[in-house]
Amino acid sequence: MEGTILKTFNFSANFGESQVLKNISIEINRNEVVAVMGPSGCGKTTFIRCINRMHELTQGATVNGDIRVDDNSIYTMNLIVLRRKIGMVFQHPNPFPTMSIYQNVVAGYLLNGIKLKKTERDEVVERSLKRVALWDEVKDDLHKKGTFLSGGQQQRLCIARSISMNPEILLLDEPTSALDPISTAKIEELIFELKKNYTIIIVTHNMQQAGRISDRTAFFYLGELLEFNDTTELFINPKHEKTQNYITGRFG
Amino acid sequence: MTHLEEQIQMLKASTVEMWHLVISQLSKSQAAVKDFDKSIVHNIQVNEKMVDTYELKIDKDCENIIALFNPVAIDLRFVLAVLKINYNLERIGDYAYGISKLLDDMDSPFSDELLKSCRISEMFDISIELLIETLISFENENKQLTKTIIGKEKPHNKINKDAIEKIAEYKNNTPGEIKMTMKTLAIILKLERVIDHIQNIAEEMIFHMEARVLKHDKKGKKEISR
Repeated sequence: MEGTILKTFNFSANFGESQVLKNISIEINRNEVVAVMGPSGCGKTTFIRCINRMHELTQGATVNGDIRVDDNSIYTMNLIVLRRKIGMVFQHPNPFPTMSIYQNVVAGYLLNGIKLKKTERDEVVERSLKRVALWDEVKDDLHKKGTFLSGGQQQRLCIARSISMNPEILLLDEPTSALDPISTAKIEELIFELKKNYTIIIVTHNMQQAGRISDRTAFFYLGELLEFNDTTELFINPKHEKTQNYITGRFG
Repeated sequence: MTHLEEQIQMLKASTVEMWHLVISQLSKSQAAVKDFDKSIVHNIQVNEKMVDTYELKIDKDCENIIALFNPVAIDLRFVLAVLKINYNLERIGDYAYGISKLLDDMDSPFSDELLKSCRISEMFDISIELLIETLISFENENKQLTKTIIGKEKPHNKINKDAIEKIAEYKNNTPGEIKMTMKTLAIILKLERVIDHIQNIAEEMIFHMEARVLKHDKKGKKEISR
């Protein structure tokens, strides 16, 4: 389905007195991969944490403006519904340490009290693990702890956990920064595949990664969205001098 | 200066050196034709190997920068432009060499009358002047000067067109000098190609500085040369 899935309107975020996002207005299309880039402290992670309302969990954190998903304000939506629509994967793989691989995949259902029949659970586990290309590697060890897997496999398990609830948007916060190049390549391939079914917003410090996997790239600087353009255009011919200086390594 | 900036400066310096060498090769080929000096011919032929060596070195340097530094934006455009400028400079060097080869088996000089009527010296002058201007633009990243080079092949085209008629006329009047006449025509054609390569170089420089692709864009070239 084409069209805009996520819109922000003059969106600002604060930690107490400190404004970390300033009047961000952006429109993200369905089934596109958007990379969010910028120097440390520019508000990238805060931006995606605001999208599934995790920012507000921090004491003293406030927001202004609006974020709309499918034209509904995230601030009027039920939080559980919102988080089912928007999955998130973090920098360091964090499978639930006491749960098996199987339980990790269906953790969203277990923790939300959604009861599934055994056959339905099996189906969700197999489908989710297949989507993240992990099924063949773990199908015989589904009842082992998720923490026994390698870092790259754990991260794919976390992605499987996120997509098991069929979200519309996946937020990835530097998902490969703790992984080796082979695992990174697998996650990148996976993002390329997942794009067919999900909209993906990925924070990355790796510019080559942003170039390889994203359709559009947003460049943040000191809490402002300085440039948002097709990734190819942004990397060949950035419009803003600060974008150019950052991506060419002249600052940051 | 970052490591990448250093590498880019070194690439630029090698390109400038090659450019000087190619200008020198073209100037020498002009002198060789005008003075019928076989020692200059020999010198051009020896230096041709240096042009080739520069081409290989610059190609390798570009490959290394792309592979090791993953340049983007203006840095990527610079490296891509240099790759193509390198190719075009090498081709110009080849034409200077080709002109010198024409003199290898000649026992007597070109006809002054024919050279004059075909305005060969003028064609050489325009080519060398434009090649120097592109070099200055490249060194200083001077957009304005580069833009003035785009479309400057027109006087050359006119001389070239007239020269073919002069050649035909000369051939009819002096049928005994057919070989020399054909070699004069070959010089004209090579100089025409030299100008084309200089235009390509200027287009690559515009791509580097403005991210604008002028190749196959007649309208864009017209706009820019206004």
